[in-house]
Amino acid sequence: MPRSPVAHFDIEYLQILDPEGKVDAALDPKLGKDELLALYRGLVWGREADERMLKLQRQGRLGTFSPSVGQEAVSVGPSYCMGKTDWFVGAFRELGGRLMRGHRFRDILLFWNGREEGSAIDPALRTLCDSIIVGAQVPHAVGLAYAQKLRGEQAATVCWFGDGATSQGDFHEGLNFAAVWQAPVVFICQNNQWAISVPRKLQTRSQSLAQKAIAYGMPGIQVDGNDVLAMVVATREALARAKRGEGPTLIEAVTYRMGVHTTADDPTRYRDEAAAQAEWAAKDPILRLRRYLEAKKLWDEKREEALREELRAQIAEEVKAFEADTTFALDAPFEYVFGTEHAAITEQRAEFLALIARDAEREREEAGRG
Amino acid sequence: MIQAINLALTEMMGEDDSVLVMGEDVGVNGGVFRATEGLHARFGEARVLDTPVAESAIVGTGIGMAMAGLRPVCEIQFCGFSYLTMAQLEGHASRVRNRSQGKLTVPMVVRVPYGGGVRALEHHSESREASFAHFPGLKVVIPSTPRNARALLRSAIADPDTVLFMEPKHSYRAWREEVPEAPEQLPIGKAELVREGTDITLIAWGAMRRPAEQAAALLGEQRGATVELIDLLTIAPLDVETIAASVQKTGRCVVVQEAPRSFGVSSELVTVINDRALMYLEAPVARVTGFDVVTPGFSREKAYLPTAGRIADALAATLDF
Ligand SMILES: Cc1ncc(C[n+]2csc(CCOP(=O)(O)OP(=O)(O)O)c2C)c(N)n1
Repeated sequence: MPRSPVAHFDIEYLQILDPEGKVDAALDPKLGKDELLALYRGLVWGREADERMLKLQRQGRLGTFSPSVGQEAVSVGPSYCMGKTDWFVGAFRELGGRLMRGHRFRDILLFWNGREEGSAIDPALRTLCDSIIVGAQVPHAVGLAYAQKLRGEQAATVCWFGDGATSQGDFHEGLNFAAVWQAPVVFICQNNQWAISVPRKLQTRSQSLAQKAIAYGMPGIQVDGNDVLAMVVATREALARAKRGEGPTLIEAVTYRMGVHTTADDPTRYRDEAAAQAEWAAKDPILRLRRYLEAKKLWDEKREEALREELRAQIAEEVKAFEADTTFALDAPFEYVFGTEHAAITEQRAEFLALIARDAEREREEAGRG
Repeated sequence: MIQAINLALTEMMGEDDSVLVMGEDVGVNGGVFRATEGLHARFGEARVLDTPVAESAIVGTGIGMAMAGLRPVCEIQFCGFSYLTMAQLEGHASRVRNRSQGKLTVPMVVRVPYGGGVRALEHHSESREASFAHFPGLKVVIPSTPRNARALLRSAIADPDTVLFMEPKHSYRAWREEVPEAPEQLPIGKAELVREGTDITLIAWGAMRRPAEQAAALLGEQRGATVELIDLLTIAPLDVETIAASVQKTGRCVVVQEAPRSFGVSSELVTVINDRALMYLEAPVARVTGFDVVTPGFSREKAYLPTAGRIADALAATLDF
């Protein structure tokens, strides 16, 4: 008996809007003016918010966070395609998408400032909090999607994670369940080439991350993650498939982490990539959409200035609201231990409050003495 | 302390070819806390392995390496990610010796920075030593100073069994201490008598040693009482003798733990004291602990963490009982 192949596969790469701002006519989704402008606004919003956060962090006014500069299209495109009843399940680099989804910037600031209140978002938004545990959100997304299917909702779940997350068991177990259950879920691997200091080639020997879909029996596609139009098209196709009952899709969005991993990270220790930086700066998702809009006469310097000004003013308002929020109950962690407060927790809470009162009094005494 | 850990790793890798380190970002980057700085350049990528992001596999492959005669030192970046290793540690590392009736062993070290006080994100600041100490066959060691960190890490790597080495990250860069030229080792399973005293025993470990020392000094100043301070160093197996002997001498005891109160190491200590020193006690054993809540975000952690003042209050109340 000769050896014979039992499986073949190809992985497509999708790019619609090239770095020069030219659209491939055959693939053009022909979005309307308002749609294009909304996407552009989303990208700039994400960028402006991120840059503001970096300044706040460097000034000591914000805690550690994970910037998403250069990666805005990966969350903005899909977020724009999602319906209100679709679930948004992110990792921690989907700032632009979250803002578009309706998250208040001040809440995002609270969250990164170690204030649990930042996570107190309206459940009607159907977005989960950032998942700090890498990859843990993947099975959650599958569970949410299965519930959508069981309830007969015309809805799906979109789940983001990084290239590093594809090494976690949770990723593999989650994708497998999704395919077995034909759950309406769209997985978006935000392949920014790095997992802290570890480059993508040390993360997996796979030629693409998209092809991991094949092993589980679902379609996989690699997309230019800096091309917001390609992100829109790939997500729309995957969402439509999910909502038709045809199960999950894996989208690998190829992008680049332009900045630090988090503000506690120093990339000069492990990457010296002037050339890569320059190459990716030329592929910037904002720049290329702007070129396209300008060529279509939908955009010019004046509108750009007006948009930036409007967004900066709005961001400044939110920062003010964030910093003005001094309602800072120290015992908040006791509030949400259980659905019904247990006597032991009540007792510990009272003790905790007495202790911090005593600590404060002692500090005052010491200050008085000194 | 981080330099002392780096020193111990450098020494042990230099002394023994079978020692290797692995984990996320431990190679070129030298670890997110710089514990493995310089090792990659010195020992090469075959013995300093930058792994994919997969904690279960880091420890799982470590178990395999150890059974085959290597001595892996695995780094898990933060305590909150160590739970992904629990299935491997409980189901395998701690049982291989028994499962193979001593024919196979897992001489492996898993290093985990733990604890609060460094303004970190959710899942980065917990103290979960009790969760792991509950696994039969797993050793849990917690250094508290640069000098004992180096000595204990050397012992942990040389140990014939799996050691979970929990590093109080608040102490990484909090203060300096001379570490002697000559390599030292400290026995695993032995507590340190930090200072002798006759009036009351105070037990602490990890980052809590600092406030405990301050509280002991404070009590001496304020009341002239002498505190006997014990630093556990090893959580499992517990040094029951040192604890019992001290409480039998002083008749009073306060235990400090950063972790949540219930089902923690302090509960175990109270039981040990009950078993071994009940008739010597002149006051109930008091505890200063964290609370049974999710470790709060960094905006709230200062209020959560036990302080020298709280410990001093507990000492005074126990003396006055
Ligand atoms: C389970 C777990 N392990 C380790 C970490 C520490 N950590 C945070 S982000 C990160 C790299 C993740 O890389 P990737 O998935 O590619 O996402 P990116 O940060 O590049 O967006 C690591 C190792 C974590 N948060 N969770």
